[in-house]
Amino acid sequence: MTDQHEFFLPEGQPAPSRREFIKGVIASGVVVSSVAYVPTTWAQSTPGKSGAVERLLSLNVNGQTRRVDVLPNETLAMTLRYKLGLTGTKLGCDRAECGACTVIIDGVTHYSCSTLTHRVRGRQITTVEGLEGPSGELHPVQQAFMDELGPQCGFCTPGQVMSAVALLKVNPNPTRQEAREAMAGNLCRCGAYDHYLNGVMRAARES
Amino acid sequence: MANVLVGKNFTPPDVRGKVTGRAKYAEDFRADGMLFCRLLTSPMPHARVRDIDASAALAMEGVVAVLTADEVPDVQAPRNPILTNEPHYVGAPILAVAAVNETLAEDAIAKIKVDLELLPFTVDPLESLRADGPDARLDGNAVVPREGLRSVKWTAEDFAAAGDGELPMGEPTATWSYGDIEAGFAKSSVTLDETFVTASTSHHSMEPRTAMAYWENGTCHLFGSNQSQSFVVPGLANYLEIEPDKLVFVGENCGGGFGSKGSAYPIQAVPALMSKKTGRPVMMRISRAEEYAIGSARPGFQGRIKMGFRDDGRLLACDLYIIQESGSNSGGGDWNAAASALSIVYTPEAMRFRGISVLTNTPPRGPQRGPGQNQIAIAVEPLLDKAARKLGIDQFAIRRINAPDHDSRYGGDRGVITSAYMREALDKGAERFDWTGKRARSGERRGSKVIGVGIGQAFHSAGSNGFDGLVRLSPEGTLHIHTGVGNLGTYSYASTSRVAAEVLKCRWENCVIERGDSSRGLPWNLGQFGSTTSFTMTRTNYAAAMDAVAKLKEIAAHDLGGSPDDYDIGNETVFRRGNPSRRLTYAAAATRAIQLGGKFCGEEVAEDLNPMTKRAVRGLAGTGLIGAAKDTLERQGMVPALAAGFIRIELDLETGKFEILDYLGVADCGTVMHPQGLAAQIRSGAVMGFGLASLERQVYDPHYGLPRSVGLYQAKPPSYLDVPTQMDTDAVDQPDPQNPMGTKGIGEPLMGCAGAALLCAISDALGGHYFNRTPVLPDMIVNAVAERPQSHKPLQVNTD
Repeated sequence: MTDQHEFFLPEGQPAPSRREFIKGVIASGVVVSSVAYVPTTWAQSTPGKSGAVERLLSLNVNGQTRRVDVLPNETLAMTLRYKLGLTGTKLGCDRAECGACTVIIDGVTHYSCSTLTHRVRGRQITTVEGLEGPSGELHPVQQAFMDELGPQCGFCTPGQVMSAVALLKVNPNPTRQEAREAMAGNLCRCGAYDHYLNGVMRAARES
Repeated sequence: MANVLVGKNFTPPDVRGKVTGRAKYAEDFRADGMLFCRLLTSPMPHARVRDIDASAALAMEGVVAVLTADEVPDVQAPRNPILTNEPHYVGAPILAVAAVNETLAEDAIAKIKVDLELLPFTVDPLESLRADGPDARLDGNAVVPREGLRSVKWTAEDFAAAGDGELPMGEPTATWSYGDIEAGFAKSSVTLDETFVTASTSHHSMEPRTAMAYWENGTCHLFGSNQSQSFVVPGLANYLEIEPDKLVFVGENCGGGFGSKGSAYPIQAVPALMSKKTGRPVMMRISRAEEYAIGSARPGFQGRIKMGFRDDGRLLACDLYIIQESGSNSGGGDWNAAASALSIVYTPEAMRFRGISVLTNTPPRGPQRGPGQNQIAIAVEPLLDKAARKLGIDQFAIRRINAPDHDSRYGGDRGVITSAYMREALDKGAERFDWTGKRARSGERRGSKVIGVGIGQAFHSAGSNGFDGLVRLSPEGTLHIHTGVGNLGTYSYASTSRVAAEVLKCRWENCVIERGDSSRGLPWNLGQFGSTTSFTMTRTNYAAAMDAVAKLKEIAAHDLGGSPDDYDIGNETVFRRGNPSRRLTYAAAATRAIQLGGKFCGEEVAEDLNPMTKRAVRGLAGTGLIGAAKDTLERQGMVPALAAGFIRIELDLETGKFEILDYLGVADCGTVMHPQGLAAQIRSGAVMGFGLASLERQVYDPHYGLPRSVGLYQAKPPSYLDVPTQMDTDAVDQPDPQNPMGTKGIGEPLMGCAGAALLCAISDALGGHYFNRTPVLPDMIVNAVAERPQSHKPLQVNTD
């Protein structure tokens, strides 16, 4: 077991103790939901089963430090949705096919369903909940998607928003073709691609 | 008077939640103490459960309960069961396990021993119809109208009568006809007799059909993924064997349904029944792989059509035979809907339909956007082009001459229709698209690439009546529009709600739409499916708003003198005509409604309202002025939604790939309610149509009955890269006479017309090669160019 834990720890950083966790909660005011929706070793351990032990770690999510117990095999999507209450990130396939779970990690889009939470310690994670300004003003991409009536059923929308935000960070004035290619990892069964692209182009113009 | 809201763009109130991630879908709800539930599903295409041993699973710490088919309410076959001891397809749910977390539930499933006996199975309707062919179920292989499930076999002579590659046509289980088809064929200059296959296609809703449920004092609270709201409640309550008033159904958002989540579906009952058994809330997440088994699919057709044309392209006679592959359940009415669609889109002077719905050991089928209508569009439209080629006439001309008008008749019973502007849609489209100019350049080559053009048409019946509307003016003067229609993502729940604001002359900013939770007091509405919302729920909201207007005038007359007829409304007041200073604001009138009681504030309820609406009104009684009414407006005949698509593609003869250069969709949806929403539907419907025509299919291994398309990348709904970067839209925008706002539905044919247009363009680029099969895949195109045989047999289904 020790080996596994070492594997998931960032270099040179000791695992935080339970005492440090409690101090961290008091200091940050961020409390992870008390209801455990994914396995927790403190509530019920499965002795002898390798890989089932959670570790407390710090995540930087939307500019906040969040302390959370994470299993070795836990995906970022599950951590966000079931431990941090960030349900804006959707699970459409849970196997890197659809893009509904897209988040931005250090400026790059990732499928959070296929990203292990332990691998993103110390990195900047942005979810759809982290885009709005301090007084609730929408990100230009969000506003443009509204203006162009991008979403239909809306399930893929947070992922589409994240891909568009990441694109415009590196390419503020994409051509429609460039936008189409950058967004190609996000499926929309409603088929609202045209209107999402209209949204990307509008956001590029207006931001 | 000119409309202030109807026909104008607006931002529907739920869009903000969708772009910020705050919009809640079924999997976003939580409850304290929530268990997770997983399904054990069948690994075999057809089997009998002989024994289940769950003792090892139940002994695991944290595993709470197992729920088997013996413990859940029976559903009458061939409707989909909740859980089953006779699974009819790979992935059919046999039992469910609840545990304190999901991985534990999955681990427990691995410890359950299920003893299964493999039974005969088939993945091809024609194989099942042979005398010695297997039946997909122990109780038969065909769903016979008005009779039910039984075994149907055709004779060896039936099969021998068909020529090579032709569809055998044994005894059908349904038939209708009108006119004299033999006389029509005798008069025809060109007659086609074509066999065709359309593939079954999964729905691929982006949100899997996850549900969460708990019970409180005998009432079940269920958070589900449904296109519809009020319409779901009776069916879902039935699955749970409770009265509808004991079910609180929450469906604020639905992550895609496309027909597969229009009504209650049985798998939603599992977390609710598990919650009842365990006494704890239960969340059941459905995986993408499971979605391919229980997420519904469009039934494929093996069909044959004989069409006789006059010199000018007029369709004189049509003889259609459809074998519908219905999977493991009744499969739905696509086959008959397809025939009826043919009768209205091409208005043949004489027609016969014969068909049979045959079960296979593949997933249950259900309605998918344009059920039947869109299969027939993609099958028949290319054949119109084939006929046009033989006749030496333009593809546009052969469509225009056969297009329906207001006097056209529908289906076997030759029913009347409300309005049809297909010819206008074709004319408008041809001009805007520059059909003549683009057609002249069809066949132009650039290296290995060649230009093709096409026109497609499609139809769906798009309107109903007899449902209820409910509005409430609060003492603050706010108009609350209660809608029970659902939230599929087309925003028609919002555009139809605006009708109430239009009638009551309320500012849209002063309106609140109440929806998404049956405890909010929602009226009995039709489900959000079948392109029916725009026609049907403009009428309910109109009726409720007119009831509110009448009550406003009565209250004003009561308080200010005169008769109600002396009053009018405007600026959110009710005022005396000729003396506007004698007025009550809506806020004051609502306050007076509460004081006056009775019908004004919902203490008395109109008798003709549905029990669900009555309960909603009683729940709101005393909170304001209530407008509640059943839609009793006149409706005579079927309401046709019609659409035409125009396309230009560049097809690479070496790779079989194509690029769509231009697409224009034109809608006949009556008066346009929400231009931006309509444009979104025209374009996105086209995307689904392109998928239907050129990408999507369900694949089954005939030897083992195993699915081979259980991923988005395998069954292949279109991505950004499969569709044009920009598409054009237009609408006829002529009012339907039987809707108070002039509007009709439109969602479904927008898909079929685009798919059909694309297939026509592919065949056009190939100089008139017709595949008679969908989807048309690149390897088929390459084979056609090389004049090699295709890898599939002519009538084979569920192929790669």
